[in-house]
Amino acid sequence: MFLKSTYNEIIKIVSKPRSYIGFAALTVIISIILLAMKADGEDYISFVTASFEQTLSFNGKILNGNLVAFIILQMLIIHVPLLVALVTGDLVSGEASMGTLRFMGTKPISRITFILSKFFAGAIYTFFLTIWLAFLALIIGQWVFGTGDLIVLNSDGLVIIPELDISWRYVYGFCLAFLSLFSIACMSICFSVFSENSIGPIVTTMAVIILFTIIGSLDVPLFQSIHPLLITTHMASWRSLFEMPVPMEDIFHSIYILLGHIFFFIAIALWRFNTKDINT
Amino acid sequence: MEKELVKISGLSKSFKGFKALDNVSFKVFKNDVFGFLGPNGAGKSTSLRCMLSLIKPDSGSIEIFGKPLNKNRSEILKNIGSIIEKPDFYTYLSAKKNLELIARVSGKNVSRSEIVDILDFVGLKGRESSKFKTFSHGMKQRLGIAQALMHNPELIILDEPTTGLDPQGIIDIRNLILKLSQQQGKTVILSSHQLSEIELIANRMVIINKGKTVIEGKVSELLNNEEMLVKIQVDNPKKCLEIIKASFDQISEAKAMQEEVEMVMNPKLIPEINQLITKNNIRVFAIEQKKKLEDYFIKTIQSQN
Repeated sequence: MFLKSTYNEIIKIVSKPRSYIGFAALTVIISIILLAMKADGEDYISFVTASFEQTLSFNGKILNGNLVAFIILQMLIIHVPLLVALVTGDLVSGEASMGTLRFMGTKPISRITFILSKFFAGAIYTFFLTIWLAFLALIIGQWVFGTGDLIVLNSDGLVIIPELDISWRYVYGFCLAFLSLFSIACMSICFSVFSENSIGPIVTTMAVIILFTIIGSLDVPLFQSIHPLLITTHMASWRSLFEMPVPMEDIFHSIYILLGHIFFFIAIALWRFNTKDINT
Repeated sequence: MEKELVKISGLSKSFKGFKALDNVSFKVFKNDVFGFLGPNGAGKSTSLRCMLSLIKPDSGSIEIFGKPLNKNRSEILKNIGSIIEKPDFYTYLSAKKNLELIARVSGKNVSRSEIVDILDFVGLKGRESSKFKTFSHGMKQRLGIAQALMHNPELIILDEPTTGLDPQGIIDIRNLILKLSQQQGKTVILSSHQLSEIELIANRMVIINKGKTVIEGKVSELLNNEEMLVKIQVDNPKKCLEIIKASFDQISEAKAMQEEVEMVMNPKLIPEINQLITKNNIRVFAIEQKKKLEDYFIKTIQSQN
């Protein structure tokens, strides 16, 4: 029943026009970034590296597909969750407002199976959105700009990663990005269980991301203690993969925190949906 | 002996202090067409939602097919087909896709050809691929009936199934319900505001009001076919009443209104009464037998209030 219900959920996602907004938006945004990089990328890079040119000499092609993918990821990692929430935030509340939750509730599928299949379908959607992001940023980026060593500017200084040492970092980086995006998807599905209209959970998810991002950027003692618990803090953990050496302990810590959030949101959603009266 | 299919005992449910159901009890027997009556807000939909596990009652028990619903939910729901309030489907999917989607979670194997057959059966042949959002209200209602029947359930729960249908559609649904009950041995629970519909097809009924069971039983026994309200429109109601009272003692609750005489009587007496009053030079404009269930329903609800 779980697989059949998941298949149903995938059909619903695939059939809804709004599911393609995320893919379309990513295509447009990344195309614009790639176009801008193609036109003025060299000036942009020389502006960034200018402060190091007195002490360092840069040879080879600094502006390459690997760097462009890094820039794109850094620019979009806070915004892509909003595209995910646009679909996942509607998964339960959309059915409540449409009235279909009423007849699905009368079918011999347990409420737990029904909600878990929504989470699973949400994960599949998030996975394909991440793959699309990777394809556009990395594959198209490398096709347009070629490959080469990756120069990353961190708070500690410049990190130069040899070309042959980059691929695995991006593979794990996109896995971490998927985990971050899925935790946001779980949050929006959880909000969706509490709501009976489509807009509420999507807006609430966006508001939470914006709020957490602001709290995360406020370097005041009051918020220091909650920084390590915020989803948004760990959404940027993929960047750690581009440090030398890679701080595996920090990355695993982020993975645990994100998984913790995922289980928390799933548990809350299951409890709420299982005890809920379907009155719509 | 009749086999009990549904047994509702002492069902109560409150929403934020408002008591929607207060100790509701009734039974539905196998092969019944069971009328579920009550004014708006009486608790009909809440009762049906409880029976379909959409709502969890505060107290009371629901047994369907001889098993408690709370412990055998999936097994019971496999054998129930239902429409609750209006039939809502996925607007962005076609009729066929909607049914395929529901069939997958119906707990039974429903083939694609069976889905096409049921769409044909409810009169949606040729519209299988049309998106639900393009359907008229009547077509939506027909699709709702198709989803309720496609997995061949033993018990069918229909909440206002004729709402929004044209006269032919109402007749079709009525005939369908009778066919399901008489030819296929299905049990149908039918909630409707169309009292004439219930009167025509239900063999048993329950009336609930303000969340409480008012009366339950066989329609024929409750309505007592021997007596009904008769209204005779005449040019002299007072004289007419005197003549009728003097000649017939089988009438009751007789009264003269401004333009008519009203009484409760056996309808078989109508020809004799008509003959008597015309013989006495009273002009008869119309004789009306008021709908029995409607009368009974209004009387019962008024006595409750």
